[in-house]
Amino acid sequence: MGAGRYRRRVPLDLPPLGAEPPPDLPVVDLDHAASTPPRPEALAALHDALTAANASAAHRPGQAARERVERAREAVASALGVSPHEVVFTSGGTEADNLAVKGVVWAARERDPARTPHLVTTTVEHPAVLAPARWLAERGDCTLTLVPPRTDGTVDVERVLAAVTPDTALVSVMAANNELGAVNDVGALATALAERDVPVHSDAVQALATRDVDAGAWGVAALALSGHKLGAPQGVGATVLRRDLPVVPLAHGGGQDRGVRSGTFATGLIAALGAGLTAAVADRPALRARLAPLADRLADGLAALDGVVRSGPDDPSARLVSHVHVRLDGVDAASLTFALDRAGVATAGGSACSSGADAGSHVLAACGLLGTPLRLSLGWTSTDADVDRALEVLGDVVPRLRAGTWTPA
Amino acid sequence: MSRVLVAMSGGVDSAVAAALLVDAGHDVTGVHLKLAEVADADQVPGHGCCTLDDAQDARRAAQVLGVPFYVWDLTEAFRTHVQEPFAARYAAGRTPNPCVDCNEQVKYAALLERAVGLGFDALATGHHAALRVGAGHPDAGQPVRTPHPAATLVRGADAAKDQSYVLSVATPPQLARTLLPIGELTKGEVRRLATERGLRVAAKPDSYDVCFVPDGDTAGYLAGHLDAAPGDIVDLDGQVLGEHDGVWRYTVGQRRNLGLRPTATHHRRFVVDLDPTSRTVVVGPRDALACGWFEVDAPSWAVTPPPADGDRVRVQIRAHAPAVVATLHRVGTGWRATLDVPLHGVALGQVAAVYDLGDRTCLGGGRITAAQRPAGLPLAASAR
Repeated sequence: MGAGRYRRRVPLDLPPLGAEPPPDLPVVDLDHAASTPPRPEALAALHDALTAANASAAHRPGQAARERVERAREAVASALGVSPHEVVFTSGGTEADNLAVKGVVWAARERDPARTPHLVTTTVEHPAVLAPARWLAERGDCTLTLVPPRTDGTVDVERVLAAVTPDTALVSVMAANNELGAVNDVGALATALAERDVPVHSDAVQALATRDVDAGAWGVAALALSGHKLGAPQGVGATVLRRDLPVVPLAHGGGQDRGVRSGTFATGLIAALGAGLTAAVADRPALRARLAPLADRLADGLAALDGVVRSGPDDPSARLVSHVHVRLDGVDAASLTFALDRAGVATAGGSACSSGADAGSHVLAACGLLGTPLRLSLGWTSTDADVDRALEVLGDVVPRLRAGTWTPA
Repeated sequence: MSRVLVAMSGGVDSAVAAALLVDAGHDVTGVHLKLAEVADADQVPGHGCCTLDDAQDARRAAQVLGVPFYVWDLTEAFRTHVQEPFAARYAAGRTPNPCVDCNEQVKYAALLERAVGLGFDALATGHHAALRVGAGHPDAGQPVRTPHPAATLVRGADAAKDQSYVLSVATPPQLARTLLPIGELTKGEVRRLATERGLRVAAKPDSYDVCFVPDGDTAGYLAGHLDAAPGDIVDLDGQVLGEHDGVWRYTVGQRRNLGLRPTATHHRRFVVDLDPTSRTVVVGPRDALACGWFEVDAPSWAVTPPPADGDRVRVQIRAHAPAVVATLHRVGTGWRATLDVPLHGVALGQVAAVYDLGDRTCLGGGRITAAQRPAGLPLAASAR
């Protein structure tokens, strides 16, 4: 052995497992913001298209596959109020954000190599925007201004506008924050910047399940979405890219999707995205009406425990109806996540880092908020019984964790 | 059956420890500790214990064993109690042992506390050290398989891999909440069990380095964390032989990288003392390293009752050094170990682990706070 470089060799014929994987536990899912189950329409579309031919092939099976892709493109375009020509399919929200941020900055750089493009975004963005923004700035590909949020997680449009310079190539502000559910007025921002000819990108990944997102009316030049946050499968997303917005591709290859996103169309996943999004948009008003009382009950039940403060905007119209975010005193995040998981309630603390630890929250830090974060997020399958059970468990677990008397059931 | 939290580093030892706990019928939960923050670019696969590969290996082992698995971020406790003192102690001319600090201040403090708060009966690790029921108990001498109030720490079955040294600071109440499932096995048996269980870490190399210095370059790590503090390298007569840029680059007993040219009388010189106040590194012949006694101000005893004045014991001052015979005496608030045969290269800050004369049971351990130095040194005779 010794200190030689370690190459992992996995035995090919794995012996039988020493223990069967744990059976599916009855879990109350209050982590829809992390991933919400695919809707039946999405599952059916995925199933139907899994054996599709290559959608770029010239033959008729290829044409049949392509029809599924193009129908999905129209579905996404219709859901977002944009032209089908503006929809580019991606592997998910992270790729969608990366394509918009890096692609637009690099295109601006190519257009005028003498000037360094300027990028404006906020400190509460998802890492899918923040990390490429910082990476571009570190490389010297752009200069970067990060606008801090208000304490409630919302972004002040005036502060963003004040950060814009003549060199600003892109302004990226999320439609709603994934942790706090704080909603931003992206339309007002894009309208104000239209006069100055500055394109706006918005990460709408978290907003789309419950908020009306009309990218066309907002006037944004780019917008990112992710399938598994709205009732479509994991592994598919899309970027809206206005046709007049120059974008340098991230991946070069066969030139699919107008050359902006090469790679064989994931026909099944794309079809499922179209079907899932269509179903989600149709259900959205009813979903909001279903979730509002559930969220209120969760918030009220949590408030009844001492030492719990709700985060995010006070104004219900400025927060996602799906999100209840609180901060707790007297309990640490790892213990809380562990105890709730053991009790069969799936929740989120901070954002998970690459190793899987609760890594604290850059969003709370940006808002200047203290306390152990707990995000409960609802989705299209949420029921009254979920809320009943969650409140029962929280009312039991939190006081006992604080008293040091908690033991797993 | 007990509720056991097993710390899974991603290595083969802790994976097999978890497997044995499952086999014994315990209610097992795996936890991987995020301890050191090592930038992705600085991670060396197979080195250190906090790389993403290690987290993945630990997670996969837990999956194969069918136990729930969590990653807990203890970076703050690790930074405060291990990483920062590591640099600070080197700057003070001491030679710290970060693994002992981690066991004492993180695993047996923050982690055990949290585990107990979450209803666990015991914390298990994959250390090559064993627990046996202590004397005076009906089961005396039996291996500890469920948490036992009279658990005592003994050397692991694999003498070459024994890690009781780094656990020597555990107290009896902590040992009563500890399980060391692989302590009765040799490394070869551990690897064989891992292979049988289909654990992909079965052939993963052991880690030898300080986990937050994955490339093994301690001096380089310290240079990045401490300011240069130049001073003289002198011989036993106080004659200046050269210069250095920080006493933290040196450890008592060190022979290499002194940057001194051989002279007619001395071609092998060792660091024999460090004085951070005057920034002096004293070098001398090997004979000058001979140390007949050392003292530990505040040892942590692992047995009840603790050793008494005049007890004959064995002491071990490095992870894999032999334990040598000594007599313990109380000195002020601490203890002095007077060695039958002098040891060479006793550095302040090093952990001295105390064993019974039979060299089997660990009685405790602590950091060396004073040691005999050669008469006539330009510095104080003992670096108290």
